[in-house]
Amino acid sequence: MTFTPPGSVGSTRSRLLAQLTSAQVLGAAALLAVFAAAPLFISGYHLFQLTQLVIYAVALLGLNLLTGYAGQVSLGHGAFYALGAYTTSIAMSHLGLPYWATPIFTGGVCFIAGYLFGKPAARLEGLYLALATFALAIAMPQFLKLDSLAKWTGGSTGVPVFKPSSPLAGVSDDQWLYFFTLIVAVALFAAAWNVVRGRTGRALLAMRDHPIAAAAMGVDVAATKAATFGISATLTGVAGGLGAILAGYISPDSFQIFLSIQLLVGGVIGGIASIFGTIFGAGFIQLVPNFANKLSDAAPWAIYGVLLIVCMMVMPAGVAGLARSARARILRARAARVARLAAAAQRPAA
Amino acid sequence: MQAFLHQLLSGLANGAIYAAMALALVMIFKATHHVNFAQGELAMFSTYVSYTLIESGVPYWAAFAITLGFSFLTGVLLERLVMRRVQHAPALTAVIVYIGLLVALNGLAGWVFSHTLKVFPSPFSSDSWYATTYLSAHELGTIAVTLLVLGAVFSFFRFTRLGLAMRAAAENPQSSRLLGIRVGAMLALGWGMAATLGAVAGMMAAPIVFLEPNMMSGVLLYAFAAALLGGIDNPWGAPVGGFLVGVLENVAGAYLVGSHLKLALALLIIVIVLIFRPSGLFGRTVVVRV
Repeated sequence: MTFTPPGSVGSTRSRLLAQLTSAQVLGAAALLAVFAAAPLFISGYHLFQLTQLVIYAVALLGLNLLTGYAGQVSLGHGAFYALGAYTTSIAMSHLGLPYWATPIFTGGVCFIAGYLFGKPAARLEGLYLALATFALAIAMPQFLKLDSLAKWTGGSTGVPVFKPSSPLAGVSDDQWLYFFTLIVAVALFAAAWNVVRGRTGRALLAMRDHPIAAAAMGVDVAATKAATFGISATLTGVAGGLGAILAGYISPDSFQIFLSIQLLVGGVIGGIASIFGTIFGAGFIQLVPNFANKLSDAAPWAIYGVLLIVCMMVMPAGVAGLARSARARILRARAARVARLAAAAQRPAA
Repeated sequence: MQAFLHQLLSGLANGAIYAAMALALVMIFKATHHVNFAQGELAMFSTYVSYTLIESGVPYWAAFAITLGFSFLTGVLLERLVMRRVQHAPALTAVIVYIGLLVALNGLAGWVFSHTLKVFPSPFSSDSWYATTYLSAHELGTIAVTLLVLGAVFSFFRFTRLGLAMRAAAENPQSSRLLGIRVGAMLALGWGMAATLGAVAGMMAAPIVFLEPNMMSGVLLYAFAAALLGGIDNPWGAPVGGFLVGVLENVAGAYLVGSHLKLALALLIIVIVLIFRPSGLFGRTVVVRV
């Protein structure tokens, strides 16, 4: 199977919509309306948190595509998030790129980096890939701290990142950044949805569940894995870039192994093979630390850890999986009721 | 030359710590085909236990022994209560549970013992007669303790019936069960021993890296590199890989990449081994029948 890059998949609207049920369209529209209207009701720190939530959702989208759909375990997605953050910062302050163009530039750089890492890594089986990406995540801060790169990265002290100002009167800078993030996120979600629902998505699932059968059906397993790695790094990297703009400051210590683990937690809680589960997962990793921090600085991690273990045992498909099985149960109950009524209606006639 | 010799020998001391950790990883891998990502945090937690004991006035070697016992029990309990449930789960599930354990232990340690750096005592005082310019007393002691422990572990597996039963259970669970070996109990025992080995490594590493919840992340990375280099299914390969990686780290850190890229060096070793020789130096090449 030839691989189709995300931009060109489903370039026609009708094809995108044809694959959605009306309930899904309504649900997505309602969700989008809620997100679009949110700045009317919240501001300040809460708006900051909501922006970060959207950014995490995009980052999780990248992780889910790779780990959930393609079955490639990554424990190092924080490294791609960091790469995106630094690429964006360098593009703005050294290459003079305007902020609105950075997602495209960052996405391109991260695609190449992800593809190059994925090319050899895709040959590794699940466990070994987990090991390699884990090592990448632990080593990443050391690369960022290198003295020879300090001109661009700011070394271990980090660098400030410019915050864009709003071009519209009546829209504050924070609100503008939120809308900008939301627009990028919606575009990326639509692209990911197309990748997953199209030929490529079916190739990914086939590859995950039975690589040999997938190869026999004509899927070029190695090339598809490497390209998925690239797309995944693109999504997470763009999220990292947006995160850098939002934070206004980046330093190597923000990108420790625990960032990767936080992303893993979000993916697992939301449902690792789910597109819309990412929003719930992002909400979880954005909000839970706020509450748990009141207990102790380290409490969120203790809670994350226990939740990861419990989640894998009780609901391995995450919240999205719970929703899916609840929906299946309702549909089954409805079908049973219809069948009962039909049987009751037929009886007197017979 | 003298400086080089110093780097080489203190590399052996670091290597001893990696060797113990790598052997712990290999033991669990042999029995379950899982990589224990939480091995480092288990060792860290054990080290905190021994620190608490020493602080409350228990003599060092008594605290050492109590900690080993505690670690053994923790390992057994974790296997019985948690890990048993994911033994036959897909790789992703297992990896996530191990990461969960890592994060939980790390968070718990930060919560209970706080994140401030603590100075952990070494039982080998720096003015001992065996301290030389090439090897400090603690480095020499670390090598000695590790060799002693490794020797004990290998003799256990080689010369005792229980060791034989454990090897059998890891090699071929079905046949072992038919012969009356309690495979589940052997697994739990293996976890206990791996946690004990990790505790030794943790207590030897703590005087060098200082005691804090993240102290073992670098050590664990090197232990991964060591286990892979030696061949992750070969118990003899693990110590060899450990000492090799320790020396490589020190020499390359001093003369090639500088101390700022030491972790990247571990990443490099891991990636190179995985790509060019996934079975390591002494491992068995696994042929999967499709």
